[in-house]
Amino acid sequence: MSKSERPNLLFRNLNAKVASIPMILTAMVIFVGGTVWTVLYSFTNSKLLPRLNFVGLDQYYRLWATPRWLISIENLLIYGAISLVFSLVIGFLLAALLDQKIRFEDTFRTIFLYPFALSFIVTGLVWQWLLNPDFGIQHVVRDLGWTSFSFDPLYNSSIVIYGISIAALWQGTGLIMCLMLAGLRGIDEDIWKAARVDGIPMWKTYLFIVIPMMRPVFITTLVIIASGIVKVYDLVVAQTSGGPGIASEVPAKYVYDYMFFAQNLGQGFAASTMMLLSVVIVIVPWAYLEFGRRK
Amino acid sequence: MSMADIIAQTSPAAGAGARQGITGPYGPKPRRMISRRNVFLYGTLFVMAVYYLLPLYVMIVTSLKGMPEIRLGNIFSPPLEITFEPWVKAWSTACTGLNCDGLSRGFWNSVRITVPSVLLSIAIASVNGYALANWRFKGADTFFIILIVGAFIPYQVMIYPIVIILREIGLYGSLSGLVIVHSIFGMPILTLLFRNYFASMPEELFRAARVDGAGFWGIFLRIMLPMSLPIFVVAIILQVTGIWNDFLFGVVYTRPDTYPMTVQLNNIVNSVQGVKEYNVNMAATILTGLVPLIVYFISGKLFVRGIAAGAVKG
Repeated sequence: MSKSERPNLLFRNLNAKVASIPMILTAMVIFVGGTVWTVLYSFTNSKLLPRLNFVGLDQYYRLWATPRWLISIENLLIYGAISLVFSLVIGFLLAALLDQKIRFEDTFRTIFLYPFALSFIVTGLVWQWLLNPDFGIQHVVRDLGWTSFSFDPLYNSSIVIYGISIAALWQGTGLIMCLMLAGLRGIDEDIWKAARVDGIPMWKTYLFIVIPMMRPVFITTLVIIASGIVKVYDLVVAQTSGGPGIASEVPAKYVYDYMFFAQNLGQGFAASTMMLLSVVIVIVPWAYLEFGRRK
Repeated sequence: MSMADIIAQTSPAAGAGARQGITGPYGPKPRRMISRRNVFLYGTLFVMAVYYLLPLYVMIVTSLKGMPEIRLGNIFSPPLEITFEPWVKAWSTACTGLNCDGLSRGFWNSVRITVPSVLLSIAIASVNGYALANWRFKGADTFFIILIVGAFIPYQVMIYPIVIILREIGLYGSLSGLVIVHSIFGMPILTLLFRNYFASMPEELFRAARVDGAGFWGIFLRIMLPMSLPIFVVAIILQVTGIWNDFLFGVVYTRPDTYPMTVQLNNIVNSVQGVKEYNVNMAATILTGLVPLIVYFISGKLFVRGIAAGAVKG
């Protein structure tokens, strides 16, 4: 026992370093290396194979002149705004309802959260079926007698992204509810008592006292929702495959299609770099606010 | 407080007083089991619950109907004649491209992807988190911060470099390649999870073990592991659902005969050839969602803990 005391110092570092090799490799080779590589090659005219043939910002000019990319960005903004607003509002309202010391809280929570266990593919396919104009909700309502009723978001290019958002909200609000509920449970019971004594109505207590107190929870939730929005891909593939036409394309799908189908790697890299940029725009101010201020 | 609630529900006189105290000073309302507040509260929750359950209901109902019934009837009506044929077909004979052996192929592929990925990623991340919490070396925190920041980088940025790396080492298109990819992308959140857990353990435990001469692996295997069962369960839940539900990595890093279940499901349902068999499609969809659903319903509160942690991954 005492024999191993001395060389322990050396072994300690050695073992920890050996154990950290996967982390170091992942961090440096994949995260840093991969990102730098992709950004670098986004300035080349790589087609089928990556080639270091620099063309400056050509790929970016082409990207922003491609209608499909512009539609993707527009869709992402609409989808993002809807996800952000509705999942926050619905998530918070559900959490507030569950926080009223109700019966069957666990049952309700289980019901609201189960879609989150399902993949986007499953979610997309279910909603594709529900929104099918020949069999789904539209058909059912028409059978009830309202024959002019029209609800076919997945087949109408002007509203298709809303149809996708419905599915996304169904899948994701449970998570937001859970985070909000955790936040609400963190509020001191005395705050509620004080508000009650002062005769402040419940909605005012929520709006002016509780929600401002939950600022950290809201910020974390916002970051989670935002980074999920940028990644939206499987849902669109499953629900519409980008259709009708290119009406429901999203950036992540643009990247994938250009890299693996169109054999236009340069475009794919430029598009993915733009995605990275959008994340940086969201994350950096948040990181600055959260961590910069503390120092 | 929950006791007061049960009373509120069962004995109106006692409950009314406790509840009305919230909204105003007027005395107990006379014997009303159903207060307006409760009607609103439970009514809203009930309506929302119906909305959340409806897709699951429609999925199950559709998968149990025959095609003629689907064509004539409405999606919400229960099946007149229950048939399990769509399930059998979805599992064993549905076609994707040239393969007509159903979703079973994808299911077993997913099993062969998920099991090693979960084991490998958790093994790596737990040792890593332990090293970061207890055996810090110079520069360790820098790598860790890069790892966590890296979790926010869109996967699309790193997809292609990984294709090249896997091609170089001859694993592109194989299940092992995909296992490596899952281990890489599971690392940030899992490492964070384990690091925080190990760091919250009493320092004295670690010190006492050191004094007794235990080394890096000794402490990990004999002291840390036995004490961290809950966090391992959380990590397993997180990884099983995450990896099972993955689509992007599956479609990028595997070939048609090694496609995971989600990719195969999408190909079956969204295939353009042939007559659409909605009942088979829905049976296939349920089959694919079944594994994470079972994990969810069994794990209950631990799942909530897992996603609360996993949510950081975004």
